[in-house]
Amino acid sequence: MTASSTFPIEVSGLVKSFGRTRALDGLDLTVRTGEVHGFLGPNGAGKSTTIRILLGLLRADEGKARLLGGDPWRDAVRLHRRIAYVPGDVDLWPNLTGGQAIDLLARLRGGLDRARRDELCDRFDLDTAKKGRTYSKGNRQKVALVAALASRAELLILDEPTAGLDPLMEAVFQECIAEAAAEGRTVLLSSHILAQVEKLCDRVSIIRLGRIVESGALRELRHLTRTTIEAETERRVTGLDGLPGVHGFTAEDDRVRFDVDAERLGEVVRRLSEFVPRTLISRPPTLEQLFLRHYGDELAENGVPVEGAADGRPARDGEAS
Amino acid sequence: MAVATETGTATGGRAAGEGGAFTGTGTLARFMLRRDRIRIPVWLLSVSLGTAATASNLAATYPTAADRRSRAELVESPAGAAFSGPGHGLGDYTYGAMLANELLGFVAIFAALMSVLLLVRHTRAEEEAGRAELVRAGVVGRHAPLAAAVLVVGGANVALGALMAVVLGGSGIDTVTWPGSLLFGAALAAVGLVFTGAAAVTAQLTEYGRAAGGAAGALIAVAYTLRAVGDMGGGAWSWLSPIGWAQATKVYVDGRWWPLVLCLLLAGGLLAAAFALAARRDVGAGLLPPRPGPRTASASLGTSLGLALRLQRAGLLWWAVSMAALGAVYGAFAGDVRDAIAENAALQEWVGSLPGSSLADRFVSVITSMLAAVCGVQVILAMQRPRSEETAGRAEPVLATAVSRTRWLAGHVTVAFAGGVLMLLLAGLGAGAAAAVSVGDAGLLPGTVGAALAYVPAVWIAGGTALALFGLAPRAMPVAWAVVVYSVFVTTFGGLLRLPGWMNDLSPFGHVPLLPGADLRWTPLAVLTLVAAALVAAGFAGFRRRDLDLR
Repeated sequence: MTASSTFPIEVSGLVKSFGRTRALDGLDLTVRTGEVHGFLGPNGAGKSTTIRILLGLLRADEGKARLLGGDPWRDAVRLHRRIAYVPGDVDLWPNLTGGQAIDLLARLRGGLDRARRDELCDRFDLDTAKKGRTYSKGNRQKVALVAALASRAELLILDEPTAGLDPLMEAVFQECIAEAAAEGRTVLLSSHILAQVEKLCDRVSIIRLGRIVESGALRELRHLTRTTIEAETERRVTGLDGLPGVHGFTAEDDRVRFDVDAERLGEVVRRLSEFVPRTLISRPPTLEQLFLRHYGDELAENGVPVEGAADGRPARDGEAS
Repeated sequence: MAVATETGTATGGRAAGEGGAFTGTGTLARFMLRRDRIRIPVWLLSVSLGTAATASNLAATYPTAADRRSRAELVESPAGAAFSGPGHGLGDYTYGAMLANELLGFVAIFAALMSVLLLVRHTRAEEEAGRAELVRAGVVGRHAPLAAAVLVVGGANVALGALMAVVLGGSGIDTVTWPGSLLFGAALAAVGLVFTGAAAVTAQLTEYGRAAGGAAGALIAVAYTLRAVGDMGGGAWSWLSPIGWAQATKVYVDGRWWPLVLCLLLAGGLLAAAFALAARRDVGAGLLPPRPGPRTASASLGTSLGLALRLQRAGLLWWAVSMAALGAVYGAFAGDVRDAIAENAALQEWVGSLPGSSLADRFVSVITSMLAAVCGVQVILAMQRPRSEETAGRAEPVLATAVSRTRWLAGHVTVAFAGGVLMLLLAGLGAGAAAAVSVGDAGLLPGTVGAALAYVPAVWIAGGTALALFGLAPRAMPVAWAVVVYSVFVTTFGGLLRLPGWMNDLSPFGHVPLLPGADLRWTPLAVLTLVAAALVAAGFAGFRRRDLDLR
């Protein structure tokens, strides 16, 4: 952990309670310089609480949080010059126009790049002459995004920044984040839009009930989960069902379908080839599957069938079983 | 109210045609009554019981015909007329004539305010919030929401009139008769109906509830001013004002009903106009297009102080004008005060107990104490702003920039506290100038300004209390109002009710030397300033330590 002081965000054992609710329960999170880090979890999992502690708006009950090498509570002002933040639920001053709000927030951070601001307003198709109270949710979000992206801050903290944006603007947003990443800026992107995270993020952390349950590079994480195999074979498939690492096996005439753990994939495919496949479809694990692995039990409790949890195991036990 | 007739059409699906435009009115009216099941009764009870309490208070304060005659002389002067009414029945100033002259116009403002606030709340404010869209997408006619709101608010006015008639008629005060009380209530309801119509029109014009309410509120102010100007002069201008019409009924004196016909005609005309306008616009849209604002922020909008000032600018302006005007109205009485209290023993005794060589000095010290309490209200209101910024989520993005909590809060505190000084200064200038003119003594102007400014530390304690609560226990912020309410109570009734001295000492306003008559003692002012400073320090320290209240 000698290089730890250089990580832009470093959080360990964070605990925060609101009354009797334990919003964060020993959360660890590390974001490396220059990466786009996806912060995944449904509403109420503790994403916004974590971010607000990192911004010094809330004070942690226990644990350690370092932001750009400083203490987010004590050094808030100094640190805030180097970061830009987009809240998930943006409320604007009803009597100020969007343009005024952008300028105000930029100046309070310590300066405004007018050319970049105007360029971003164009790209996001934002009418800056309208008063805050007349903006739709999406437009309020655009105001906050333009104010943050125009800032050239070295760390962007975005809390579900595109919840109200249409697909066109979502594309513009992804373009902007890709540019920011290319410029070497660090981004913490809290989201529950998995496609967005899959496209933009180098690494992800999945939060559940106030703690991180999965964290790592997206490519690594994919190894941890199951590939779906569908095949039509010359000979009827036998003996695959009981193999370790095979889950949710179904067979119908000459067709089979099952999930297989990443580390058993080679062996299972070799066995499958013995039955002479005519067609073979292999689908890599998606982030959605990864996500549902951790939340499958919650859905199952609500009566929603989940693929990842289809074999009846508690989904979060992982691959050890 | 016509509630029962509509359910048939609502389910019958006759959406087209003339009848369809009002489909669902009854259901909506019932829904509005459900939403206002607390609000409307509170309005009705507070206005009617407040009026009844004031009426019986008048009877207690002016027990003899001689007392009432001196009162009549006071309200007969132009300044008195501006504050009360046209002065019907001053020759034989009975309690009834007093109610009609001094109370009716004033209570009519509240009936008008109730009508405007309720109507805008159920029409334009609903559209602005987007809820009206949801309602109109159901089996609901184009005119149904406005019609239902008019029914509910009109019904509230009728109920207010009836309740007023009952509490006044039943009060048993001499000369306050049952027929007169019925007319009093009817006049009140009639004014309320006019402003129901006025608000129905302004609600069609702009897209925003606040603007619609503000425009209708300005009409109330215009109506009251027309009446005041008219009653100070020959009375011609009063005939342009619905409040003037209500007073023209000469209730408890002659008791004529026909001026109320003017109210009903105007209310009907306004409602017809409102429905005609409503038919010409889209849901959610106004007839006046919203004006675009500046695309970039001016240089002043770049600091937390600049932001706080920008947010409070309009409010400060209104308060400044109002405080100067209020001061002038109070000050204008300075010349009449000698005659007014000449024959009232209780008032004489009270004023006599105040320090000061001249009667005018003593009067100035009384009015500045009242004006100072109003300035305390302004400071506490201004201190609510950081709280509303915090709970609305607008403090969050600002505090995520390079603005410290101290600096952010300091912006709002500076605006609130400097605003308090400004209001005291303007109230003192207004009162001093008017008093100097009415007495003919230029020395009253600096004396009154000084007397008002002596209240700066007391007003800061009021603001400091709100600030300390904001930092330490933000949910308890309304408690700050207790400072002002208690002070007003002690200041207003301390002399008349002969309250013990310690009750006065509990009020920060009670320690301020009663300038210009009393000696200027610096010690209490210094102590008050220290208390205010301690409260401010506690507020800042608390806010630096606590979590933000976030959505």
